[in-house]
Amino acid sequence: MQAAASMPVRSRPTAGLLLAVGIVLVLAVVSLFIGVADMPLRDLVSSGGDAQALQLLLVSRVPRTLALVLSGMSMGVAALIMQMLFRNRFVEPTTTGTVEAASLGLLAVALLAPGLPVFSKMLVASAFALAATFVFLRLVSRIPASSSLVVPLLGLMFGGVINAVTTFFAYRYDLLQSLAAWTNGDFSSVLRGRYELLWIAGGLAILSYIAADRFTVAGLGESFTRNLGLNYGRILAFGLVIVSMVSASAVVTAGTVPFLGLIVANVVSMTVGDNLRRALPWVAVSGAGFLLACDIVGRTLRFPYEIPVGTVAGVLGSGIFLYLLLRRRARFG
Amino acid sequence: MIEIRNLTKTYDDAAVVNDVSLSLAESGITAIVGPNGAGKSTLLSMIARLIAPTSGQVLVDGLDVQQTQGAVLAKRLAILKQNNQVGMRLTVSELVAFGRFPHSGGRPTVEDERHIDEAISYLGLDDLRTRFLDELSGGQRQRAFVAMVLAQDTKYVLLDEPLNSLDMKHAAAMMKLLRRTADDLKKSITVVIHDINFASIYADQVVAMRDGRVVLQGESAELMQEAVLQDIYDTVVQVREVEGHRLGLHYL
Amino acid sequence: MAEKSSRQRPRIALAVLAVAAIVAMAAFMTVGAKGNWDFVLPFRGGKLLGLLLVAYAVATATVLFQTITRNRILTPAVMGFDSLYVALQTALVFFLGTRDLANVDMRLRFVLETLLMVTMSMALFYWLFLSRQRSLHLVVLAGVVFGVFFRSLSHMMQRILDPNEFIALQDMLFASFNTVDQQLLAVSSAIVLVTAYASRRLLAKLDVLALGRDVAINLGIDYQRVVMLLFAMIAILVSVSTALVGPVTFFGLLVANLAYQAVGTDRHKYTLPAATLFAIVALVGGQTVLERVFGFDTALSIIIEFTGGIAFMLLLYRNLKR
Repeated sequence: MQAAASMPVRSRPTAGLLLAVGIVLVLAVVSLFIGVADMPLRDLVSSGGDAQALQLLLVSRVPRTLALVLSGMSMGVAALIMQMLFRNRFVEPTTTGTVEAASLGLLAVALLAPGLPVFSKMLVASAFALAATFVFLRLVSRIPASSSLVVPLLGLMFGGVINAVTTFFAYRYDLLQSLAAWTNGDFSSVLRGRYELLWIAGGLAILSYIAADRFTVAGLGESFTRNLGLNYGRILAFGLVIVSMVSASAVVTAGTVPFLGLIVANVVSMTVGDNLRRALPWVAVSGAGFLLACDIVGRTLRFPYEIPVGTVAGVLGSGIFLYLLLRRRARFG
Repeated sequence: MIEIRNLTKTYDDAAVVNDVSLSLAESGITAIVGPNGAGKSTLLSMIARLIAPTSGQVLVDGLDVQQTQGAVLAKRLAILKQNNQVGMRLTVSELVAFGRFPHSGGRPTVEDERHIDEAISYLGLDDLRTRFLDELSGGQRQRAFVAMVLAQDTKYVLLDEPLNSLDMKHAAAMMKLLRRTADDLKKSITVVIHDINFASIYADQVVAMRDGRVVLQGESAELMQEAVLQDIYDTVVQVREVEGHRLGLHYL
Repeated sequence: MAEKSSRQRPRIALAVLAVAAIVAMAAFMTVGAKGNWDFVLPFRGGKLLGLLLVAYAVATATVLFQTITRNRILTPAVMGFDSLYVALQTALVFFLGTRDLANVDMRLRFVLETLLMVTMSMALFYWLFLSRQRSLHLVVLAGVVFGVFFRSLSHMMQRILDPNEFIALQDMLFASFNTVDQQLLAVSSAIVLVTAYASRRLLAKLDVLALGRDVAINLGIDYQRVVMLLFAMIAILVSVSTALVGPVTFFGLLVANLAYQAVGTDRHKYTLPAATLFAIVALVGGQTVLERVFGFDTALSIIIEFTGGIAFMLLLYRNLKR
């Protein structure tokens, strides 16, 4: 990564980005103070730290908000990296079979070695995700560039096929409920001690910033990359490892959210362009913000019950995805 | 006669065809020429009711194409667009048989079979009857589609750039064929064509369009003037006479 | 010579398929039956009728849809129309509540849902296919995402519902290959008979439609009207199959493409029955084998998803190479 760090492109964070960070902070604070158990802010401050409220805050609320921020960030970044590596606007971990493969891996662990520590589980899931993503990348590498919509289509089907295998075994061994939890993001049960793997995902997202320029170059194509004297294979491997581990940690902890990264990456790319050095921070911030907002909606819409964030984001996400797809004006001749 | 009255087509406020009024003859070949984006194909599609006009009217033998039943028009007017792709796997004779659909409703009679056979022979496709369309060359496939349109046995035939996928030899052969069809079968054939020289040699009448408007309608001799061509195409075209035909040279 | 053998082939294929379908049905009725035939025959007969209706509905809806859209990878189910129906079912409970809905006769509710479905899906069809030219891949991808959208929407409405109503709704939505909803058989049969009659009358026009919009109009088809009529039929058939057994994404795709391969022609008088027969063999035969022989109960839909997904990918791939 030495060479990457020495690359000359440096851009200062803009006022817009700082504003976005501010909005996410506000959302995070709102997220901290929504919940079934009443926890007014003044209790925390006035009585010099009401022990019970503080406990609640530290054990449940803070971990949940952190988990949302870390997931949103890393899913956005993973999607953007994938879009560069696949050179396709419509890929992300849930449209390439990556998430489904991670679930399959987790199911394999649950069946074969249920006693493994959670970190090892994540590693196994990552390995599955990596293998599937790599297979898929090989699969679509021969598709002509003009048919860019075929890639996500194939990917969704690829994921569906993997999912059918997983469902079959989950059904046989009565694990359907766990399977549903892995793929439909729900942060209501996040507590201290049960989300920390997401720090790895968050860390990887930040790490990817170091290699941002390389991913941008890889996004211009393999021959272009080689022409610049860079090792395409290594960039690819690094990117796929990040994507797989992010997906796996999401699956293992709170579940994934369909189309989150795809949408965030597209909207960011439309506004600030595709130079990852500039786009990555935006994607990370917007991903966190989007997920926080969805979670807040899910927690308030049917108070005191909760709607899982995956469901809320699924409606919003697929709605926005449809808009992105269909907004292009028709051409005529 | 086909009468076109004040025909306009706009997309998002941009007029592709702008207030066009024309009449197309009962027989003979009419060539529609003009630069890219002049609105030729859109005009042809509106005449054949494939595109609904924004305003204006098209009358085929007095029948308004927007109001008249499709099946009635299909016996009077046939259109062939460019780039025909059939999703189905069909043989040449099966495709040509579809031309009889307006008459037979899907159950061909002996009369229909005769028309099919004639059309196939007329286009010289006898040896290829049982071949599938996806096994043919571009020129052969184009001929099969023209055969379908002829089997439809309509007075008016509209062809949208029929020479598009054809090489020199086949393009000339296609124009000769259309000439022969117009003369032998007394049909009215309207073709959108890019090559002004084909229009000059083979057409009885030309319609020149630019920016959605008709700028000239008349005999080909009127079109084949250096000043006229320069005005329509916005480029220098020299006109020379070769064996009694006026040819435009735009290569220099 | 070639013409003659190509004329024979679809008929032979249909005959073979018909025999296979009859064998499958006979096996379904008899294999593993113990004791009282007076009980077994009506019980299994009802289930069989349900499966036959589903087979016909899915196969016909798929072939019609593929004819209109002129491709072999799009199906109503892939486009998310099954999910739309489930979303509508959920929306009815959501807005009317189960208490009111429980008083409504189930068949009446089904007819109501079907009407809603026809309206909604025709609007969607029109918007996606007729209002402007869009590339096939765009429409397919949009359809798949629509599926996710409708599923998420149903899920969200279900979560917002009162937990008691949610349980009632789950009962209403719970349908699968081995729990065919018996109460709807009579209404569904009637609906299917009407659409079968209508599709027979359209048979010749279907072949012309497959040549594409421009050629069809040129040959005198009232394109807009015929296509909207077909879309309505498709919506009705999707409602029938989804109400009876729930959503099945890839079943139609599989049987339609098997049918095209088997009969070797695109004439609808062969492809439509062939697809239905394939569907019967797969559903009735598959259900017999899995349920009675292996004792797997809900595995059939999973196996269909698996093979269907792979078939879909292969078709897409082949489609690209052309």
